[in-house]
Amino acid sequence: MTGGGRWGRWVVIGIPYLWMVVLFLVPFLIVAKISLSTSIIAAPPYEPVFASLAEVWTKIGDFTAMNYGRLISESIYVESYLSSVWIALSSTVLMLFVAYPLAYGMARAPKAWRPTLLMMVILPFWTSFLIRVYAWIGILSEEGLLNWVLVSLGLVDEPITFLATTRAVYIGIIYSYLPFMVLPLYSSLEKLDDTLIEAAQDLGCTPLQAFWRVTFPLSVPGVIAGSFLVFIPAVGEFVIPDLLGGSDTVMIGKTLWEEFFNNRDWPAASAVAITLLMLLVVPIVVFQNAQAKAQEAER
Amino acid sequence: MKKHLIASAAVIALTGVTGVQAQEKVVNVYNWSDYIDPAILEDFTKETGIKVKYDVFDSNELLETKLLAGKTGYDVVVPSGNFLGRQIQTGVFTSLDKSKLPNLKYMWPVVTDILAKYDPGNKYAVNYMWGTTGIGYNVAKIKELVPDAPLDSWKLALDPKYVLKLKSCGVMMLDAPDEIVPAVMNYLGLDPDSKKKEDLEKAAAHFKKIRPAIRKFHSSEYINALANGDVCMVIGWSGDIKQAASRAEEKNKTVTDPKKKVEIGYIIPKEGAYMFFDNFVIPKDAEHVEEAYTFINYMMKPEVIAKASNFIQYPSGNLEAQKFVDKAILDDRSIYPSEETMKKLYVISPFDQKSQRDLTRVWREMKRK
Repeated sequence: MTGGGRWGRWVVIGIPYLWMVVLFLVPFLIVAKISLSTSIIAAPPYEPVFASLAEVWTKIGDFTAMNYGRLISESIYVESYLSSVWIALSSTVLMLFVAYPLAYGMARAPKAWRPTLLMMVILPFWTSFLIRVYAWIGILSEEGLLNWVLVSLGLVDEPITFLATTRAVYIGIIYSYLPFMVLPLYSSLEKLDDTLIEAAQDLGCTPLQAFWRVTFPLSVPGVIAGSFLVFIPAVGEFVIPDLLGGSDTVMIGKTLWEEFFNNRDWPAASAVAITLLMLLVVPIVVFQNAQAKAQEAER
Repeated sequence: MKKHLIASAAVIALTGVTGVQAQEKVVNVYNWSDYIDPAILEDFTKETGIKVKYDVFDSNELLETKLLAGKTGYDVVVPSGNFLGRQIQTGVFTSLDKSKLPNLKYMWPVVTDILAKYDPGNKYAVNYMWGTTGIGYNVAKIKELVPDAPLDSWKLALDPKYVLKLKSCGVMMLDAPDEIVPAVMNYLGLDPDSKKKEDLEKAAAHFKKIRPAIRKFHSSEYINALANGDVCMVIGWSGDIKQAASRAEEKNKTVTDPKKKVEIGYIIPKEGAYMFFDNFVIPKDAEHVEEAYTFINYMMKPEVIAKASNFIQYPSGNLEAQKFVDKAILDDRSIYPSEETMKKLYVISPFDQKSQRDLTRVWREMKRK
């Protein structure tokens, strides 16, 4: 290998690392630093953490106790984390039920249709996420489209309250993240070799058995990829619970907002953010491992 | 609200076209939503050649966080009194050069004096509008559901006996803890300006009783919700509720079914209400300071500020402007309260770091079912 080639290699590897350092590691360290400071009435509203390195060790305990200790001593944080994880988890599972048939149908559709169907899944991205969530306010409100349909069809007598409930948050999350679930599912289902199903049926499987024993196991990498792509951002979701949810929908994104905006307590808010990140590292690592395994299996 | 936002967006677009590209003068204004007649901004640009970039917010918390983070990019912002008081302490504002604001002479001493509680010596802020935090209600729905409703008292909104009957048609409230919690304390006979944890908790405990009736806490959506008949009562800002009433009237013209017509009333309760002040200030890191002065001075012209009052139905802190305010608005005691009512209005001092944390916690509890 020539010297030039080696340089090229370094550049290629270096760019993503530089990207990660500048856009992830540096902001992370800034937030981590703020999480170890005291909040004061000033702009910016926290006191510079350590004047000198020597102070770090004497003070770090105090600040950790103050900002991170609060996460345990005030029940709202634990509750928010748990409730966020629960909402994200259950909407992921619900979404799987919606997305799987959709992806399956797309993958089974005549080849000529598939690009069009794929396009239809991606099409909503052409409109801003915020506007799409806003549109749901119009659909879900008491006088909204959904209630109008339900009442006109005579399914209900009185309009149902959807807006400002946790139900609306589920609807919002499932709607917004659906493409992230459908696309990986579609890509693993599309690769499926039809002859395998024929073989299964030749060997006496009913269509349902063929699905469970052949199709589904082969689509598991798609299920895993889709689930993580949905679960991870849904945990930290702020816009959907804020616009569609009520005050009962406790999610960590909203608690973080409150800490930052209402309490003006940047150090505590930073501690909440750092903790959230730490909690999400676990599923991210699991996801990475699963991906790596899937790739190995393909080889 | 949307309509007005679109209108102001159109204004921005228009002024963008007329502005000369070479030496472009700009002022970046950050004001409350639904809080200006867009025509004023057009007139301002025509008269001064300064283009207005106008953005809106609906909570003091949002503005404050932007200010504290620094470099907002805004040249004029409009915080309310108790937030203003604390923000002045943090040193984020420019001390005003009053020689650049000759129209200060038109200001209303009554308002300026109260404002001095937050801004000692009136060094930093010029009042834009003020108002009360009271009760807006759907006249027909209240008559139907609570025929014995006390239409002059906080009881209507805070006594479970009445407000729980409104559960089916919906109640909305400002998502502004520094205004709702004092209102509840005032209703309970406590000092509305109390920062004591026990008092805040008493307010929360009482609030729990009426909580089932409340559908949502939001500080701008309620205008349309009330106007459209989606909710039948709100605790909100006087002018916003008046705007809801006007929008409902507009809408009524196109509605034939008399049952679907919406009429909105506003009450300043007899027990007293919160009096808020929204004020122009110039952030220290503003880039277009001269333009900011020109803008504030222009807004203090009696005819101009009266035009704003006529549009948004809030009283301004400008005494001379009252000559130009529509008689219907000037004589409306729910907009310009009588002297007797004025005496019962209260103001709130800033929350410090600890009491703010108590307030947020109590507020979170109050909002949950």
